[in-house]
Amino acid sequence: MNQTETFGYAAPEAAAPGRELTFLEAIREGLWEEMARDAAVCIIGEDVGGEFGGAFKVTHGLAAEFGDARVRNTPLSELSFVGMATGMALMGLRPVIEMQFADFISSAFDSIVQYAATNHYRWGAPVPWVIRAPSDGGISSGPFHSQNPEAWFVHTPGLKVVSPATPADAKGLLISAIRDPNPVIYFEPKPLYRSVRGVVPEGEHVVPIGEAAVVRRGDDLSIITYGAQVREAVTAAESMARDGIAAEVLDLRTLKPLDWDAVARTVDRTGKVLIVHSANRLLGIGAEIAAEIAERCFDMLDAPPVRLGGLDTPIPFSPPLEQAYRPAAAKIEAAARSLAAY
Amino acid sequence: MVDSTAAARGRGRRVGSPPVIDWTNRTPSPLSRDDELQVYYWMRLTRTFDERMVAMWKQGRGLGGAFSERGHEAIAVGVGFALRPDDVVAPMHRDLGCYLVRGMAPARIFGNLLGRVTGVTRGRDANLHGLGDLSLGIIGFVSHLPMSMPVALGAAMAFQMRREPRAALTFVGDGGSSTGAWHETLNMAAVYRAPFVLVVENNQYAYSTPLDEQMAVADIATRAAGYGIPDVVVDGNDVEAVLVATGEALERARSGRGPTLIEAKTMRMLGHAIHDGAEYVPPDLLVEWQERDPVAAYAQRLRNRGVEESVLRAIDERANDEIAAAVAEAEAAPFPDPSEVGRGVYAP
Repeated sequence: MNQTETFGYAAPEAAAPGRELTFLEAIREGLWEEMARDAAVCIIGEDVGGEFGGAFKVTHGLAAEFGDARVRNTPLSELSFVGMATGMALMGLRPVIEMQFADFISSAFDSIVQYAATNHYRWGAPVPWVIRAPSDGGISSGPFHSQNPEAWFVHTPGLKVVSPATPADAKGLLISAIRDPNPVIYFEPKPLYRSVRGVVPEGEHVVPIGEAAVVRRGDDLSIITYGAQVREAVTAAESMARDGIAAEVLDLRTLKPLDWDAVARTVDRTGKVLIVHSANRLLGIGAEIAAEIAERCFDMLDAPPVRLGGLDTPIPFSPPLEQAYRPAAAKIEAAARSLAAY
Repeated sequence: MVDSTAAARGRGRRVGSPPVIDWTNRTPSPLSRDDELQVYYWMRLTRTFDERMVAMWKQGRGLGGAFSERGHEAIAVGVGFALRPDDVVAPMHRDLGCYLVRGMAPARIFGNLLGRVTGVTRGRDANLHGLGDLSLGIIGFVSHLPMSMPVALGAAMAFQMRREPRAALTFVGDGGSSTGAWHETLNMAAVYRAPFVLVVENNQYAYSTPLDEQMAVADIATRAAGYGIPDVVVDGNDVEAVLVATGEALERARSGRGPTLIEAKTMRMLGHAIHDGAEYVPPDLLVEWQERDPVAAYAQRLRNRGVEESVLRAIDERANDEIAAAVAEAEAAPFPDPSEVGRGVYAP
């Protein structure tokens, strides 16, 4: 296939110079530019096509621009449309799969974990697809529209896992994920879709997979987090700064492969670590990070690492219950103040 | 094709006998004489490989498990022969003949069986698992059958999207036909009118579980109507019947007329894997199917069409020589170096 074929591409409206984009617009712009750049990039998923453009409207406008063959609706068949994407990828396409909610990714487990993740190791054929998985809650979405299942996939050899927290990273990491020759799961925190705006650099903006970013400098303690909790951590850090406590916030951005050097650098600077994620704490990413810090950075520590995460319960619906379930700025601040005083 | 005497056999409904085949003469042959002999060669090579493998594993010269495809030769070879070079196929563990016809060298497959670095997966995957080689248009499989179904559909969708006149084909057993992926894939293939062909190898047992404990229909093929796709039932022990039905289905697929489900009825002549004595299979059932052995039957058909015995013998000897050489080559090959263990988890 001719990789330079553009299917009549015209620049998206959002790509005007000097713009701020919402998190959602940044994802759409990343999709749009990659589809324009490479005719192998295509989109599959439930309700993604036609005029509708997805449950969250992330793919709105793409079918009109690039045609129905490249933005294709699927039946409610997660297991098999992910498997289908694997076959498309083996034949040279670059499918981007929209999982309508990250919660539904469990229905596709065999296609992801058994097939796609092992393929290159077993017989050497790359599987370059991306699953976009709208994740996270805090917005009364209930047990099956609020989940953060990233740990299952970080535990799986052969996958890459990313989770952006800003519009710029949302676009830049998506582009890297699409260009990566491996299966990548891209967790996009849906509470950020329209509530976060940020400057997205003009032109081609690529954020490499595997690089964390320090989003706020500080010497007193480190808050290591990702996804929707980055905003919560920054809010907590700003509040503590008024009392002279300087918290550093490290946004992991990529969960696999994880940027252990960046983790070690922030531990070295502050000696105190608070690890935060929305996913339940038990055997979450934070457990691995705390264990690695204990092994690699023991001499740098001035206090035991602390973890904040969801409870070991299904994610409840009603606001008081959900707030009791998940971390947020106030809980982060309380834990951080206590750690700073250690 | 329900056997009216099934109840008399004591255990449930079986596939029973395909229509009685007139071995005496079938004219005109769907194949040229040259193709007939080629098909016979691939059947014989497959059978010889299989017998050699079974013997080695019984001698303790094997590694891990192994799956015999005895009884499946006509399906695997017939399908392999019907495919064009630029079609793509995702065979499974009883489709050795299909790998061979596509051009996968027996030594590479024995290398895989023996965990050698010269095997297709360089010691990473077991027996026929993972025998993928895109240069031969072969997609490897995982144990979670039938996960190759949606993957093959994806290959078909890539061809459709690029408007290439190619088809993707995969196999599934009667066992795999009970999974959700089976349903999802056939439904999507129908909705998309994908250039996709599914060959159901109904060998009557999913490990130890007979058909009547797996499904309440006589023919798996009848399910195709529920998806709105055509179905064909063929005698899976008649290589030419398989070849012709598959060729027609592939041509439908390539010309944009959508998917086809082919149900090929056969019998798994040995156990699920090498360790399984299959004592749960009624002996009379095996005797009945042994009389319709696909390799012997095809040899007899060719004799009836006037092929000299010496020609068949020469093919048999060639197959023996090639398999002996492949085994020697694989057994002499080194195991992978332990330092290799972490290589290739990710594509560079």
